[in-house]
Amino acid sequence: MKRLMAIFERDVTLAFRTGGGALNSVAFFALTVVIFALAIGPDRARLSESAAPILWTAATLAAMLSFDRILQADFEDGSLDALIESGDLLSLVALAKASAHWVSTLLPLILATPVLGLLLGLPAHAYFPLMASMVIGTPALSLFGALASALALSLRRASMLITILTAPLLTPAIIFGVAAANAGARGDALFGPALMLLAAMTLFGVLVTPAATAAAIRFNTD
Amino acid sequence: MHNLANPQRFEKLAIRLTPLLSIAAGVTALFGLYYALFNSPADYQQGESVRIMYVHVPAAWMALMCYSTMAIASGVGFIWKHPLADVTAKSTAPIGAAFTFLALVTGSIWGKPMWGTWWAWDARLTSVLILFFLYLGYIALWSAIDDKTRAAKVAAIACLVGFINIPIIKFSVDWWNSLHQPASVLRGGGPTIHQSMLTPLLLMGIAYGLTFAALLLISMRAELAERRIARLEQSARAPSKAMIL
Repeated sequence: MKRLMAIFERDVTLAFRTGGGALNSVAFFALTVVIFALAIGPDRARLSESAAPILWTAATLAAMLSFDRILQADFEDGSLDALIESGDLLSLVALAKASAHWVSTLLPLILATPVLGLLLGLPAHAYFPLMASMVIGTPALSLFGALASALALSLRRASMLITILTAPLLTPAIIFGVAAANAGARGDALFGPALMLLAAMTLFGVLVTPAATAAAIRFNTD
Repeated sequence: MHNLANPQRFEKLAIRLTPLLSIAAGVTALFGLYYALFNSPADYQQGESVRIMYVHVPAAWMALMCYSTMAIASGVGFIWKHPLADVTAKSTAPIGAAFTFLALVTGSIWGKPMWGTWWAWDARLTSVLILFFLYLGYIALWSAIDDKTRAAKVAAIACLVGFINIPIIKFSVDWWNSLHQPASVLRGGGPTIHQSMLTPLLLMGIAYGLTFAALLLISMRAELAERRIARLEQSARAPSKAMIL
């Protein structure tokens, strides 16, 4: 457990210190939102209506672009081999790496969401539901991202493949995430059933992906 | 099953079975199409366009069946390491993707007279579209990894994770769809279908299944031949490499 915490801390520290990896994601996230706004037009009503879907889409795209970093650097410099040999359960290592990805890449995006929500004219009562849905739903992105990153481990420039692999698996998270944000904005109790389903999706990811990620790492390193 | 672990024995059986399956598929399809086009009633609501169902619904069945075949073959490859398992899984993928594409196209063509538009975000069409992307990801993964044994194992993980996700994706899309529009779409399918329509539908389903079996055997043989060529080329290259060293 202590060693897993060490892996987690190391990954988070590395992500924040090396070339602003986490900041780049936030910049990408903000730019995607700006591009959406430019494409849709300055109509305030339309923008505020699509604010939640736009922010969820931008967060998903930013996450997808960062998936290949979850394991690639460690694979290239050999520290992944050290982790495999360390005797820790590899699926728990995978879980630690996915958590580190969430904290270093997706949490900054969620923290940047209120500012971008302001630009899109998100109504005041919709902020909390949107951020709650992102906090509960985006861990699923990191978990499936870690899996895809492990599948594509032996490839260079894998981010396109990773996107193709993860997007279909992530459709439930997007559907339930936006639905929960909208239900919360409408004032449904507990954000309707969508938030529960979203949480179920994340828990399902916790259950299934670490073992699959570990298996993929093993197959790609031997 | 273990007898077939020998690729030569499999080849022999495949060479014998392929024409039989192809002929059976052709004959069943002829009967099926005869019933579908001439010997079944037009629907009282959909008119003649209901006949698209006989090519559309079996394609959708096959889309799911091929993915299940891939998942089972991937599982078998994992557990028993049967040498033909990953060949089966790999060869099924493009066929399954083609059936899925066919289901999407015929669904779209059927949608035009029924819904007045080529594409509606109907729950079934949408989930079949996502299934199509699952196939593409699987195929892309196979072709991206050079080492075949590694590609087989890695793709098997992707296939199995996709397979357990299919019910969840299906559920989420159904849910999403019911959230946005009431189920107003008329469908010829379902258990209430009349006997006169069921006969051609089942015949076409069998024809599609036999076609899949024949195509699968052909593409498995092609895959085995490709691997043999790769092995031969490798062993032909190996001595020259030794000479350079």
